[in-house]
Amino acid sequence: MGNTSSMLTQYDIEEVQEHCNHAFSQQEIVSLYHRFCQLDRNSSGFITGDEFLSVPEFAVNPLSQRLLRMLDGLNFKEFVAFLSAFSPRISLQQKIEFLFKVYDFNSNGKVTFDDILSVLRDLTGSFISEQQRQEVITRVLEEAGYRRDSSLVLSDFMRILGSSQLKMEVEVPID
Amino acid sequence: MNQRVGTDSSPLRFAACESASIPLFATFIGARRRAPPARTHRQIGSQLVGRRILAAMGGLDSSSMETDLDRPNIEEYLTTETIREVPKKLHLSDLLDISPTLTEAAGAIVDDSFTRCFKSNSPEPWNWNIYLFPLWCLGVVVRYGILFPASFSWLVSLSNLISCMFCRVGVLALGWIVFFAAFLPVHFLIRGHDKWRRKIERKLVEMMCSVFVASWTGVIKYHGPRPSRRPQQVFVANHTSMIDFIILEQMTAFAVIMQKHPGWVGFIQKTILESVGCIWFNRTESKDREVVATKIREHTQGVDNNPLLIFPEGTCVNNHYTVMFKKGAFELGCAVCPVAIKYNKIFVDAFWNSKKQSFTTHLAQLMTSWAVVCDVWYLEPQYIRPGEIPIEFAERVRDMISVRAGLKKVPWDGYLKYFRPSPKLTERKQQIFAESVLKRLEEK
Repeated sequence: MGNTSSMLTQYDIEEVQEHCNHAFSQQEIVSLYHRFCQLDRNSSGFITGDEFLSVPEFAVNPLSQRLLRMLDGLNFKEFVAFLSAFSPRISLQQKIEFLFKVYDFNSNGKVTFDDILSVLRDLTGSFISEQQRQEVITRVLEEAGYRRDSSLVLSDFMRILGSSQLKMEVEVPID
Repeated sequence: MNQRVGTDSSPLRFAACESASIPLFATFIGARRRAPPARTHRQIGSQLVGRRILAAMGGLDSSSMETDLDRPNIEEYLTTETIREVPKKLHLSDLLDISPTLTEAAGAIVDDSFTRCFKSNSPEPWNWNIYLFPLWCLGVVVRYGILFPASFSWLVSLSNLISCMFCRVGVLALGWIVFFAAFLPVHFLIRGHDKWRRKIERKLVEMMCSVFVASWTGVIKYHGPRPSRRPQQVFVANHTSMIDFIILEQMTAFAVIMQKHPGWVGFIQKTILESVGCIWFNRTESKDREVVATKIREHTQGVDNNPLLIFPEGTCVNNHYTVMFKKGAFELGCAVCPVAIKYNKIFVDAFWNSKKQSFTTHLAQLMTSWAVVCDVWYLEPQYIRPGEIPIEFAERVRDMISVRAGLKKVPWDGYLKYFRPSPKLTERKQQIFAESVLKRLEEK
């Protein structure tokens, strides 16, 4: 794909577009490529964790470590596929699928109580005690009809979040 | 466009948005993502309120180093709206919906205001057609072959010296010869008459800077009253490259505060700049701050010292943006005279991207371009207003400089180029989120 060169051919763009299910327009893909090259300082073909963390806005995000694990070692095509969940052209179902992947830490297709606890821990830090966190999650799980030891699969997520007004969109600047 | 979702938007998500949108300034300026714009206006309006709340809460110790890094973004969260929101009951869907935080992260990956500050201009190729290409070739020949002759053989013969006199390196070399011929005797021989010695050295440094400027064919327009030598004043300017100092020094001999550099630059710093009075600092040493602050204070109080020039951004920025000013220069209790510098990008991109090129390469690049054209504005001296904290004072001066030079303001600390953001920032976001969760939990 020639990540080290600074020129994208039309074939490359179309290949990337296919891979991300046309989530981005061709211009947006070119923009994303410039951004990728800008972040990938040593032109290694992928962006290291350190290079991501050099963006202060990303580094202060509580979920940055979790996302870094998902972003680690991605080449440009996969990078665009990762970001495709944030495109306005993508359906709600696909966004929920992305959300599920963030929760499903060990990628076994199931989100357990511990997974939800882990994300909540990232988001709240030391400002809620561990006990309170567990209490919160248990309470809302039970209220939604699940037990503490039940694990959620993708269809559960679809059901829970399907009717919510999930807004997860990012605009790619075209210059 | 407005992503606020109707009247039954869950406050939890709203609170998450509050904590997640960092910094809203960036959203406002150009890091484009679909964050609720309505909040942005309120945010900017309540910024000062936020600062007062912060100061009143005494949340962060303002004298610790970390706070400088924290400072730009904390206020953004502390809007009074979050406190007044009526919390609704917490549901599983609310807990699982982490989309605002994820959107923030993705937005930062796609575009962020901090990286934009340090982007060099990519030279746009204008020469790719039959008419312009030969012209461009001619330009290269003139710039590299005549303006910057590669040979330094001016030592060999006088005739070479004369021919080189019309060339930039020649000018520079000649300038150095004259400078050292005058400076060294003055510095070492005239021991008793310090005042005279200082005066001569000052003039010599000014002359050397003029030679430097001439060697890049600098066309510099100065606006406003020239700086005067008085105690109890300090000059602040925006920072694009080390040549900022040379440009300003040409007009007035300033004392400056600089990071110690290696190589020949360090040598010049040690020998010549000592004579105009310079203060050294080291970015990587944390205790350095107090030492430097004391030195600055002493300097401004001395009657005979050269006026002190400080670049409060602390790092080079690409002359399209300004990053946060460090408050060190603004808590001295003396007059602060802002200076705005704007380079004309048509002729050369004067931004010194210290991560990409050494100073020597940067100078060489300047010397092989057509000209360095810039405007320097000396603005009205400012004093701290009663009830204003140094941070607000710094922001006010940054406003003045940014407006004058046509630069956009960005609420990031320049030192984030070298250091990671303080974990306190993340903790703040976590705290807000945690509080809203707990509050909603109470609701039945």
